[in-house]
Amino acid sequence: MIVVKNITKTFGTRKAVDNVSFTVGEGENIVFLGTSGCGKTTLLKMINRLIDPDSGEIWINGHRIVDQRPEDLRKKIGYVFQNTGLFPHYTIEENIATVPRLLGWDKKKMAARVGQLMEKLNLPPDHYRSAYPHELSGGQQQRVGIARALAAYPPVLLMDEPFGALDPITRASVRKDFKELDELRSKTIVLVTHDVQEAFELADRIVLLDKGKIVQQGTPDELLFEPAGDYARNFFEDQRFQLEAGRIGATDYPALIRAFDHFRKRQH
Amino acid sequence: MDSSESLWQFMQQQSGKLLQQTVQHIGLTFISLLITVLIGLPLGIYITRHKAAARLVLGIAGVLQTIPSIALLGFMIPLLGIGPLPAITALFLYSLLPVIRNTFAGINGVDPGVKEAAVAMGMTPAQRLFRVDLVLAFPVIMAGIRTATVINVGVGTLAAYIAAGGLGEFIFGGIALNNTNMILAGAIPAALLAIVLDFLLSLLQHTGAARRRVVLTLLPLIIVGLSSFYVLPMRFGSRLLAGFTPEFMGRRDGDIGLQSVYGLHIRTVVISDAVMYKAIYKGKLDVISGYSTDGRLKAYDLVVLDDDKKIFPPYYAAPVIRRDVMQRYPELAPVLNKLAGQINDSVMTALNYRVEYLNQSPEQCAREFLVSRGLYQPARNGSKGIIRLGSKIFPEQYILTDIYASLIRGYTDLQVESKTGLGGTKICFEALVNHQIDCYPEYTGTALLAILHPPALESQQLAGNRDSVYNYVRRHFETIYDLEWLRPIGFNNAYALMMRRAEAQQLGIHTISDLAGYLKTDKR
Ligand SMILES: Nc1ncnc2c1ncn2[C@@H]1O[C@H](COP(=O)(O)OP(=O)(O)OP(=O)(O)O)[C@@H](O)[C@H]1O
Ligand SMILES: [Mg+2]
Repeated sequence: MIVVKNITKTFGTRKAVDNVSFTVGEGENIVFLGTSGCGKTTLLKMINRLIDPDSGEIWINGHRIVDQRPEDLRKKIGYVFQNTGLFPHYTIEENIATVPRLLGWDKKKMAARVGQLMEKLNLPPDHYRSAYPHELSGGQQQRVGIARALAAYPPVLLMDEPFGALDPITRASVRKDFKELDELRSKTIVLVTHDVQEAFELADRIVLLDKGKIVQQGTPDELLFEPAGDYARNFFEDQRFQLEAGRIGATDYPALIRAFDHFRKRQH
Repeated sequence: MDSSESLWQFMQQQSGKLLQQTVQHIGLTFISLLITVLIGLPLGIYITRHKAAARLVLGIAGVLQTIPSIALLGFMIPLLGIGPLPAITALFLYSLLPVIRNTFAGINGVDPGVKEAAVAMGMTPAQRLFRVDLVLAFPVIMAGIRTATVINVGVGTLAAYIAAGGLGEFIFGGIALNNTNMILAGAIPAALLAIVLDFLLSLLQHTGAARRRVVLTLLPLIIVGLSSFYVLPMRFGSRLLAGFTPEFMGRRDGDIGLQSVYGLHIRTVVISDAVMYKAIYKGKLDVISGYSTDGRLKAYDLVVLDDDKKIFPPYYAAPVIRRDVMQRYPELAPVLNKLAGQINDSVMTALNYRVEYLNQSPEQCAREFLVSRGLYQPARNGSKGIIRLGSKIFPEQYILTDIYASLIRGYTDLQVESKTGLGGTKICFEALVNHQIDCYPEYTGTALLAILHPPALESQQLAGNRDSVYNYVRRHFETIYDLEWLRPIGFNNAYALMMRRAEAQQLGIHTISDLAGYLKTDKR
């Protein structure tokens, strides 16, 4: 469980994150959604202390993060970077085993864990174990990045636009494999994206951000059907039909027709 | 004659020395490289974390590098004396910049995304440094180490000036002796060394990420191993240490003669004569090759060892004058000859001492000398003509020129124009032959070996005999160059081996044979 209370971060005169508070429940998937520059990455990085907030506090599982050694904190938090951030001088196996190695796992256990994750993420281990990141496609690199974040069974996973740099088809395929990962069920996940579809697909709860401030937080349905103002309403406008259609059971005809009417009205 | 001998022959003949100098040179290069890396690398790392210090550190290292290398060596002598310590220190200071700068740039150049990932994975600062930053900055850091190595090989040649050995011994010996083969025998291996080391390091620089960790552990071992080259050859040899000038090392009437005629085998370092006297005085050397009338002989209480087997040809000084000038002014020769036989070795040494050491002006010194001999006459300020006197660029020649000038002004109606400081023998002699000057003091031995170059056999027959050398050069100067040697002044400014008076007395060494004998019994 992550509790964030009144955190603010200013770069120069610009408030990147402005008095933000939220809670992520145990095993919950929360998605931060917002346009470029609204402070999503800054927010995420404050959770594992890549950035320290100017004010406010963050607790993880009842402990203040500033009370722990940052290295120890980070080893318990998986982090996936938007641009993969793989170590170019490490093989795929070494990349995935980064945190286990820091934790001093024995070799056999590490190799087994790497093999297991590679299988789960559709990276044939025989092929790629000893390859280097530059020998992999972007989608494959992103899978390695996810495997690396998961390797040491961290209870918390932070993901910064993990599928952002991929083409739509690859994105869908990586996302599908990701969603099917059994180990994610019990994890507390904070995911950042500007892709509305993605947010709706993955989120238990969505936090909509604008200019460093929270505009609205709630379940996807709440955001879609009960927007808390113009910004929230307009934010989903372009994709409202697809989103609503996705939300509504395929046999709930009255609701479908309502949604379609709404969509048509907007077209004119 | 030397120049007819090929470079290859020279290198074969001197292969022992060449090998020793090369090994020393490699050792010198790598010892200072080791220190440079040991200090430069951490400093480079430090300034990536303390950006405020970066400008200061890089600034200082940059300034150090702009100091001309020879000046840097010069600064070292008063601080650290002579030998390996100041040489290594100077090389270290000189090669610091590329290592610091490239470490700084290399680490800063690592993809920030990768650096951040290392932080996010929970690596400690040390783990980040050794597992990520240094490994990824490795090619850039290696480029800096390559630059430092090449600088060290190049500047390392200057180590020969302060008794630290290396290939500079041949290079500067060759320059002093005007011996192209000798210069090349030092310069070519030095250049090859730079190219080969640079190439080998470039192979290391471009090793792939996988083997880089192996290289990172092996490299320090290689550097330490090569550094030890420098220490090894220093271990052997006699207890006494000789310091010889590069010129002396390569001369028939120098170290070569000492070995072949006297069988004198002494542990030797090569050193420039500017620092040699001080070094023996301070006890850093026991024997040096000096000039027998050098004022510093007196200043530092040194004694000249008697050349009992006569390998150093006599260097009696006498004025050399163009015959056409002599005929035009017949009164000139008798006046110049007034000095003949007036100055013996100890008088000349004393005069040099006053100029070199007590900082009296050569002019004042010349005048006082003439007064004391009752030869001084005030200038007549006649206007019959102008005599142009030349001199080489050292105090003894200045004094002699001033004495002659005073004599000419006092005893004739001629005016004198002094052209002092005409560099070395070659320049003075050429000036005389080309009618730029009329007269300058020359030494018989120099005329014999540096100007006339007689065949080896002939010079051996002449060797040692004062009159036969004088007559030989006189005859040949007259027939070949139309120049006249007037009568010798008296002193013999020959090469000489010198020791501290106290040590020579304590060991009972008076002659070079004594020294050779002592060394034979002393060998461990
Ligand atoms: N290190 C920094 N120094 C100065 N300003 C920064 C820094 N990091 C972020 N900012 C600023 O803070 C604001 C929020 O940045 P942030 O990276 O959190 O946005 P984001 O929501 O992740 O955007 P994107 O979707 O483009 O990744 C931006 O205006 C950015 O310019
Ligand atoms: Mg971002």
